[in-house]
Amino acid sequence: MRVVLQVTCVNDAMFPDTGKAVVRLLRRLGVEVDFPRAQTCCGQPMVNTGYLDEAVPVVRTFVDAFAGYDAIVTPSGSCAGSARHQHSIVAERSGDPALVAAVAETGPRTHELSEFLVDVLGVTDVGAYFPHRVTYHPTCHSLRMLGVGDRPRRLLEAVRGVELVDLPHASECCGFGGTFALKNADTSIAMGADKARHVRDTGAEVLVAGDNSCLMHVGGMLSRQRAGVRVMHLAEVLAATEDDEGMDA
Amino acid sequence: MSARDEILRRVRSALDGVSPVVEVPPAPRAPDRGDLADLFAERVADYRAVVTRCAADEVERVVRDVLGSARAVVPPGLGLDVPGALIDDGLTAAELDDLDAVVTRAAVGIAETGTIVLDHADDQGRRAITLVPDLHVCIVDASQVVADVPDAIALLDPARPLTWISGPSATSDIELDRVEGVHGPRTLHVVLVG
Amino acid sequence: MSGTFVGMPAFPTAAREALGDTQLRRNLAHATRVIRDKRAQVVAEVEDWEELRLAGAAVKEVALRDLATHLETLEASLTRAGATVHWARDAEEACAIVASVTKAHGVDEVVKVKSMATAEIGLNEALEAEGIAAWETDLAELIVQLGDDLPSHILVPAIHRNRAEIREIFLRRMGDVGRPAPADLTDEPAILAAAARTHLREKFLRAKVAVSGANFAVAETGTLVVVESEGNGRMCLTLPEVLVSVVGIEKVVATWADLDPLLRLLPRSSTGERMNPYTSTWSGVTPGDGPQEVHVVLLDNGRTRALADDVGRQALRCIRCSACLNVCPVYERVGGHAYGSVYPGPIGAILNPLLHGVADEQTASLPYASSLCGACFDVCPVRIDIPSVLVDQRAAVVDQHRGDRLPKPEALAMKAAAWAFSDARRLAWAERASGLAGRVIGRFSRTSLPGGRAAAGRLPGPAAGWTGARDLPAPPEESFRAWWDRTDGGRR
Repeated sequence: MRVVLQVTCVNDAMFPDTGKAVVRLLRRLGVEVDFPRAQTCCGQPMVNTGYLDEAVPVVRTFVDAFAGYDAIVTPSGSCAGSARHQHSIVAERSGDPALVAAVAETGPRTHELSEFLVDVLGVTDVGAYFPHRVTYHPTCHSLRMLGVGDRPRRLLEAVRGVELVDLPHASECCGFGGTFALKNADTSIAMGADKARHVRDTGAEVLVAGDNSCLMHVGGMLSRQRAGVRVMHLAEVLAATEDDEGMDA
Repeated sequence: MSARDEILRRVRSALDGVSPVVEVPPAPRAPDRGDLADLFAERVADYRAVVTRCAADEVERVVRDVLGSARAVVPPGLGLDVPGALIDDGLTAAELDDLDAVVTRAAVGIAETGTIVLDHADDQGRRAITLVPDLHVCIVDASQVVADVPDAIALLDPARPLTWISGPSATSDIELDRVEGVHGPRTLHVVLVG
Repeated sequence: MSGTFVGMPAFPTAAREALGDTQLRRNLAHATRVIRDKRAQVVAEVEDWEELRLAGAAVKEVALRDLATHLETLEASLTRAGATVHWARDAEEACAIVASVTKAHGVDEVVKVKSMATAEIGLNEALEAEGIAAWETDLAELIVQLGDDLPSHILVPAIHRNRAEIREIFLRRMGDVGRPAPADLTDEPAILAAAARTHLREKFLRAKVAVSGANFAVAETGTLVVVESEGNGRMCLTLPEVLVSVVGIEKVVATWADLDPLLRLLPRSSTGERMNPYTSTWSGVTPGDGPQEVHVVLLDNGRTRALADDVGRQALRCIRCSACLNVCPVYERVGGHAYGSVYPGPIGAILNPLLHGVADEQTASLPYASSLCGACFDVCPVRIDIPSVLVDQRAAVVDQHRGDRLPKPEALAMKAAAWAFSDARRLAWAERASGLAGRVIGRFSRTSLPGGRAAAGRLPGPAAGWTGARDLPAPPEESFRAWWDRTDGGRR
């Protein structure tokens, strides 16, 4: 099986540790991933803001970079959702039958990390160790667009040393929403404030989720509040072992 | 072009090239929840309606007890002796407003939702008589109770006016706090026979 | 008699004001949570809820995809049953028809059943201009009307008001338009409902003309359906001599049996009940029972525009349950007024642009009034994929401006991003620049995230929207792709 990492533009530019964690985690599980340098972004920022024409060359770059692989793994529910559910819209818009055919190939092969681990590799215990009090926020696109269900939770429950506490009103949106956070900043902040309050109510020291963009939003608020809660991508928790020094692995 | 022709033209033009074929999956049926009359009684009561169960030969007495001294109107074809009741012969809304109660039968009962349906036949009367008085006593025979909404729809005649009643009049318009009793009868008393 | 949505600012501005209304925030948070929980409970009771949703969506889709045929059938059935059928291209025509029927009977008042279609066309204001008073009889509509207010929810138009505010409105205003509220009125919901009963009863008993909408119109039988709770609907549909029903053309279903899934889906999704207290159905005129003169106004008012939209057409399946409002995290916080329409919330954010286009700034702001979280799609009883239609309407907004001589900064930013994302070498270059910025921030910033990563605090300019409330992590010195190249994917 040829597996490829779609690290996502946000992780590439802002959260490289998440990408490194995926590589380390999968290597530990016996899977070597490729990283085609031609990859950039899934096109979601343009699509979700209404710039479909602008998304066409970006989606073309995506399918060119990932053509021919059996599985595309991405540490983002929202980017996986984009590949699976939005690329066909962009391809139709382009009027290019070759692009329509190409996205029909790459879309179904794109897996969010927890789906890849549980469904493709068939593991829930990935041999991680993380001795901290943790709460998990299911991001909207992983929950509702992809339907990852309890996969991330099962993965976290199998981590040794972890103390997993329920997040109240977990399935409610954190208010990030891509450009929504800027175009409707006030509403986004109001939603984020409630999410941050629920996180604080858990007494967790780490908020975990499968999308760094959502975490950048909630984590940014928690940081501004000096709440004493840090945010971490699911991949980084699952990659952690006894050998790691502290949490900065 | 008339508004009619213009709208129909717009509709046809909007749907140009759209296939009218749609696959309609069958609507699922409610699971078997045991005795229909029991379920019906339980679900009607859930709406804070009053339910009295009795045998056929007890109906007259039960209705008399429920009414007490209330002045009632009955439809012409009720088929039950209600002492002192007015038989509706086209009473005005104002006249109905002076009465306290109405006694009718029903066309169908729906167990799953605790609903009674009136088709306003002679034993149920005009729509107004079951609306204006504050107490509605409705006699439903257990044999009239069906399992779920599709069963009722199959039995009912759409050419007749129909009133589906699920509990007393209610509102949740103030802070989503449910209050029974606004404009329709504030008390619904269902007499379930058999 | 009531306020107007005309001149409302675009959503972000209206939302900012609403977010600062603490009473509103509290009222909405309470009300939406109550109704969400009720809905969840009764929906969980139906084992095959997903199959029921599929069936409901399908019967509406059947009607929409052959709408001309079903409308002609409906017209014929209604006429056969003794009703007079009118057609209205737009709001103005519909209002004129209702006014002329009313005037023909020489009355200066009508009683009204709560109806979204008549709210949409501004019927009350149009009748008022003709010297006809339209009395709203639904409790929430009455609260809105007496308070010179605007509706903020499809099902519960006064959801933004609490009991204390309602008591005050009743005490202050009921006496101006009829029987006053009792002087000892309390703020108990049951007492307030009783005051509405007494106030409206004299209006019901004397009304000659009633106006309603319809939840459904059955083509083959000419049957209209009104789903309600309080009995005000039954009063209006039964007691007056004349009934005028304004029905959007999308309310049509083909057959009597098609009502089944919809009548099961609507109450559970809407009020969170197994069945609503009252459902009335009637087919034209019934001799000796109810109104003896029945009019039906079939209304377009933008519906054919929406029908022509291949992605947006599904919005016409909407049965106005408002489940999408109740689960929407945006609606819960800003309420309905910010949407500037009688159709607020997620459905309003797609329906308004579909009905009217996105030419004006206010309507064009609605498709963006969502974080695209998808909770609305999950609860929609007729499976309207609201997030997909939102995105499609955003594209319509963008496309509308493609010819602009002076592109918006956002359009320039998107074009720049698309340019960078179309070639990995450009992206790598941009990442090197951001890494440099990260190094600078790391050196000078006195803010750091928990765990120690350097962060930017408050930044000026366009970044202020983000950093006004959130710290922003400083870009890392090395991007993932640079790390991969340097270490051969961690193998060196």
